[in-house]
Amino acid sequence: MGSPEKGTKGEIHMNIIKKHVYSLIEKEERLDGRKLEEFRKDISIEYDISPNSAEGSARVKIGETEVIAGIKFDVIKPYPDDPDKGTIIAGVELLPLSSPDFENGPPNIKAVELARAVVDRGLRESQAIDFKSLCIKKEEKAWAILIDVYSINDAGNLADAIGLAALAAVKDAKFPKYDEKKEKIDYEKKGTKKISIKEIPIPITVIKIKDKILVDPLLEEEECADARLTVTTLESGRVCALQKGGNVSLTPEETIKMIDLAIKKGKELRKLLK
Amino acid sequence: MYNKRLDGRKADELRTIKARVGIVKRADGSAMFQIGKTIALAAVYGPRQLHPKFLQNPKMGLLRCNYNMMSFSGSGERVRPGTSRRSKEISYVTEGALAPVLDLEEYPNTVVDVFIEILQSDSGTRCAGICAASMALADAGLKMKDLVSAVAVGRIDGKLVVDLTKEEEDYDGEVADIAIAITPRTGEITLLQMDGFANKEELAKSFENAKEACKKIWEVQKKALKEKYT
Repeated sequence: MGSPEKGTKGEIHMNIIKKHVYSLIEKEERLDGRKLEEFRKDISIEYDISPNSAEGSARVKIGETEVIAGIKFDVIKPYPDDPDKGTIIAGVELLPLSSPDFENGPPNIKAVELARAVVDRGLRESQAIDFKSLCIKKEEKAWAILIDVYSINDAGNLADAIGLAALAAVKDAKFPKYDEKKEKIDYEKKGTKKISIKEIPIPITVIKIKDKILVDPLLEEEECADARLTVTTLESGRVCALQKGGNVSLTPEETIKMIDLAIKKGKELRKLLK
Repeated sequence: MYNKRLDGRKADELRTIKARVGIVKRADGSAMFQIGKTIALAAVYGPRQLHPKFLQNPKMGLLRCNYNMMSFSGSGERVRPGTSRRSKEISYVTEGALAPVLDLEEYPNTVVDVFIEILQSDSGTRCAGICAASMALADAGLKMKDLVSAVAVGRIDGKLVVDLTKEEEDYDGEVADIAIAITPRTGEITLLQMDGFANKEELAKSFENAKEACKKIWEVQKKALKEKYT
């Protein structure tokens, strides 16, 4: 999160809010009146928001935070070490449209981290997608699922919104027809075949402010965070990906507490995807 | 002769338009504009400090537009993210289309950033982007002489039509595709681009058609702005 320019009204304003966040957190209270372990109530997942161009798409809103994800397909040569598997290629763009803190240009480190740690690792390591089902012809051709997620409004906790949107878009996606003779994808013909999904990995980001941990941070709370941990869990409650951020260390006890919380919250959010 | 349009519209009939203002809470101003299947989002930030500093102009503010297609917004292959020559050019002509209605001398040394994202495309994306952007500028509370409305008009096999679809652009015959932005109150043209051929009479008629079409678009834009502020 880029901080407001030094000495500007924005910085002074943010400092006042940060003080307020700290004093609230000590009493286990939050800016919008939520409990520490509570998500914003207004979470929504909308499917097929770009029905005419994307092969699959979704919009996720958590409070005022909004992201959209879209799917395109490509046919690639499978990697030599996985000759009978397709792949996913994930991208995250933090659009300058969505926040005064984001700038144009190649994806910055925050966007890269989100793409790799939340979208790619969440979907790949969890074996959420049946990669073998993406094979068209062994050693020659396989589908690549191209997942792109864009931020539309950043009001905190983009990570979880991005993770959910990517999943929802994959769930929504339908393969286009592949013309074997021309060796080309025929986008004109919309298919009906869906991606075979084995698991639904839900990423939950837990942040630590002083000695308290909380989920679904607002922007102002993210500014105050000492550490952040994104925990991706499966339906069984097993953890399939972890990513720590922030410049403060965590004790193993704290880490376990954060993971526990993420597992609990993951169960709640999972219901929304069904 | 192209007598009956592929989607059954009348020659001067626009596709269904939807518009909404205030879609990005963090922005100073924002709007969505949808015409048929083409969807454009726009957000405005500023006037804000301009970096790098040497670009600052003590006489007037800078209008900086950025047009981008989301990677899944094309009907065919994935659009490669990042700037392309096409997106650069469209950003540039969009600045030219919007600047005439702004009073940039009011904001010396600053920049007004306009970000346009195309979510889904079926032709007319630059025009939809301009429509969304002008609403977002108004939403940001910038002093404006007028809104800007834009539409693509053209000629398909001798027939003059407004608001071409992708299917019509690709029509197997002679197609002229003219993108026009107009300040609806005064009827001045702020963007004009054409691919294809047309004679003087056809152009004059096309401008008339565009003016009429933009009036209809203007009504939708105004309605959306009023919806937010009343």
